[in-house]
Amino acid sequence: MIENKNTKDFEFTKKNLEQVKKIFSKYPDDQKVSAVMPLLDLAMRQIGGWVTESAIKHISSMLNIPFIRAYEVASFYSMFNLEPIGKNFIQICTTTSCWLRGSDNILEVCKKHLNVKNNQTTKDGLFTLKEVECLGACVNAPMVQINDNYYEDLDTESFLNILDSLKEGKKIDIGPQNKKRKGAEPLGSA
Amino acid sequence: MKKVYVNDKVVSVPDTATVMQACELAGEEIPRVCYHESLSIAGNCRMCLVEVENAAKPVASCAFPVAEGMKINTKSDKVKKARKGVMEFLLINHPLDCPICDQGGECDLQDQSLYYGKSYSRFEENKRAVEDKDFGPLVKTVMTRCIHCTRCVRFLDEVAGTHELGAINRGEQMEIASVVEEGITSELSGNIIDLCPVGALTSKPYAFKARSWELIHHDTIDITDGLGSNLILDEFQGEIKRVLPRFNEDINQEWISDKSRFSYDGLDVQRLDKPFIRDDKNKLIPSDWKTSLNNVTGLLKKYKSDEIAAISGSLTDVETMFVAKELFNSLGIYNLDCRFNGSNFKINNRTDWLFNSKIIGTDKIDKLFIIGCDPKREATVLNARIRKRWLSGDLEIITLCTPNDLTYETTSLGDDVSLLSDPSFLTDIKSFFNGAKYPMIILGDSILSTVEGEKIHSIVKSLSDNCEIIRDGWNGFCVLSAYASRSGGLEIGFLPSKGGLNVKQIKKKISEKKIKLLFLIEADDFDLSDLDIKSTKIIYLGHHGDKHATKAEIILPITAFTEKKALYVNIEGRPQFTKKIIQNKGIAVDSWKIFRALADNFNLKFSYNNHEQLLNKIYKLHPEISFINQIISSEWKSFKSSSIKLKTLKSNFAVVNYYQTCPVTRASNNMANCRKRFLKKDESKFNG
Ligand code: SF4
Ligand code: FES
Ligand code: FES
Repeated sequence: MIENKNTKDFEFTKKNLEQVKKIFSKYPDDQKVSAVMPLLDLAMRQIGGWVTESAIKHISSMLNIPFIRAYEVASFYSMFNLEPIGKNFIQICTTTSCWLRGSDNILEVCKKHLNVKNNQTTKDGLFTLKEVECLGACVNAPMVQINDNYYEDLDTESFLNILDSLKEGKKIDIGPQNKKRKGAEPLGSA
Repeated sequence: MKKVYVNDKVVSVPDTATVMQACELAGEEIPRVCYHESLSIAGNCRMCLVEVENAAKPVASCAFPVAEGMKINTKSDKVKKARKGVMEFLLINHPLDCPICDQGGECDLQDQSLYYGKSYSRFEENKRAVEDKDFGPLVKTVMTRCIHCTRCVRFLDEVAGTHELGAINRGEQMEIASVVEEGITSELSGNIIDLCPVGALTSKPYAFKARSWELIHHDTIDITDGLGSNLILDEFQGEIKRVLPRFNEDINQEWISDKSRFSYDGLDVQRLDKPFIRDDKNKLIPSDWKTSLNNVTGLLKKYKSDEIAAISGSLTDVETMFVAKELFNSLGIYNLDCRFNGSNFKINNRTDWLFNSKIIGTDKIDKLFIIGCDPKREATVLNARIRKRWLSGDLEIITLCTPNDLTYETTSLGDDVSLLSDPSFLTDIKSFFNGAKYPMIILGDSILSTVEGEKIHSIVKSLSDNCEIIRDGWNGFCVLSAYASRSGGLEIGFLPSKGGLNVKQIKKKISEKKIKLLFLIEADDFDLSDLDIKSTKIIYLGHHGDKHATKAEIILPITAFTEKKALYVNIEGRPQFTKKIIQNKGIAVDSWKIFRALADNFNLKFSYNNHEQLLNKIYKLHPEISFINQIISSEWKSFKSSSIKLKTLKSNFAVVNYYQTCPVTRASNNMANCRKRFLKKDESKFNG
């Protein structure tokens, strides 16, 4: 059973309904159900980072599939949150490459700095911490994803800097944080 | 056909065959956990790995198509090793609690690990534990045992059509779960217990009642609906411990409904084990056979023959109705009817009330019109068969006066019966059936029990003729009754004759106080609720002290279907026997014997003295039902009705309480629990 008890009926906003139309137009008529993932994603953005039971219900009825089929998808992918999250959703990669390059330290300081455990949200609702598996940016290890952005080539200092900036609402650059390279270009070649 | 080699043996197999099917055709047994003939292919357990020449890795034979000249090896070391590896993985998170598992002794995982697995495990880490789920009063879960074969999920998706289970989360967190609070509401839910290859899903009522190797299996048939599904009853120390389906392609295939499977506990409670007679203080007191039968004889002599009537119920066997009819007719009593629910129609011959296409005929229909019944709850297994046919495509279904949750898409024409007599209706239906090869009309016995029943029957018959529902080698006119006794009663004619009264007329006469003596033969579902029966004496034959027992003048105890060998005819006209498995309760007797004994009291010479002689007599007079388990077809007599007008009458004939429909199911605790759990929303509708 789904735990979240958000009973408010979900509807897409007018603006998002335009988006829904666009999404549907990408799929052949007999394969509209494939739209389940982009629709869940859209709903998640509208709600604020997570999908409610009523949103999944709404989407399953839009697609004319049983609720459980949409719920299976939503629960399968770790990218869909089924519980509320903070304003900044921090996903720290701890898989091999990042781990070799010190992701454990980053995880530790993060916990300490925000005073949260894994899968918890800070009291002020600003941050949620989640340890995740490889996010595919191993060249720039260690890295974290915060909301839609990747922050790479981290050390504890630059990481804490990001957290503080986010807290204060200051603008920060995304991508590599060590100022030594652009994107994934080889280190030292520039 | 393609030629393939299985362990160097040549076999030719159909083009669409899978490697597994090819191996089976070559006589090789392939272990499997997720594959099941009646479900879609999932290919997720990997237990069926075999080696195919030139393939880099062993292939999952259940999901792999054959190719011409393919060389398959099922016995190589690689295959053996692969199986051992897969089994080791399957057992990693399995609790290995066979000694306390009800599946023990008949568990696919247990058997296969014995034959194909290793005798030890190298897994030293912690095993995961999964929370058990609450699926309702029938299906017990021990989810830690689940190996994620998804057979249960696929069954509810494909066969039952209720989509109540799913595999949520993933990897180590994966679980089989339901997302609806009620649990599994499908009337076919019990089948997932049979399908589950391990002990994750077991029967709640049967939990810890016996071990599988102690059970004695008995072949019998189901009488909770009109299909006559084939059953295996498992007995232990003189009690029925559980009920399983017995495969019969022509009827139930390998499924049975929850009512057939779980109502057996009702056979043990509220039973009548001796006759009772009402005394001068208006109390029912225990009696013996001699006195009670003499009293019945006295009453039969006291009243005029047109003041006497007899009605049989949904569980009454052919023998009883036959002997009762012979007795009553000999005494000049013609107010007899087996259609206790008041269904009424003119009978030309058997085709007027049979499910003429046969159940197996539904496999090929291409246009279907359902009128006035609730197949999901009146013939659950048949409904699943229609769904299967619908899923395979090219089946159009329209309905009139039916519920709209039948698990397949239908176009509803509304729920007003009078539409049938609308002049433009015939044209519409004709164009609907236009071009159909195997058209079918299912006409519900329920709608025939309305005031307009007789007219509806005529209209639909002539409609069937007009739309060519009946043609060379195909008769798609199908009447659906929900009662095990109905076809038998109609076959031997437990019906009014020589101006006798039918159920509706009997009711009217009762209210006019003109019926003085009424025999209710297991007829608790004959509706007496709005009748003043003070001047009617009731002779009650039953095995349970059900609805009408307390109103009786004399109660005569009879055997239930597990305590007698008795003949039943299903909706197709297929005669089948129940088996005597359990001892009679107290001094209860087979009900036909009561009428045979009464005949002696009247010095009537009946030519049979035992069951066998009785059957021979029945077979002689009714050859259509003399071939057990076979259907003798009868010729359709075409019929044209001149324009009939129907009154407006709105109903969808939905069965509100699927679980409790006969004395046995009403006595069953399991069924009461299901009603409480699954029907709670409708509770207000059936108080009382
Ligand atoms: S509960 Fe049984 S049938 Fe369902 S997935 Fe698990 S093992 Fe398979
Ligand atoms: S290991 Fe961290 S991004 Fe791949
Ligand atoms: S039986 Fe083939 S993968 Fe399960």
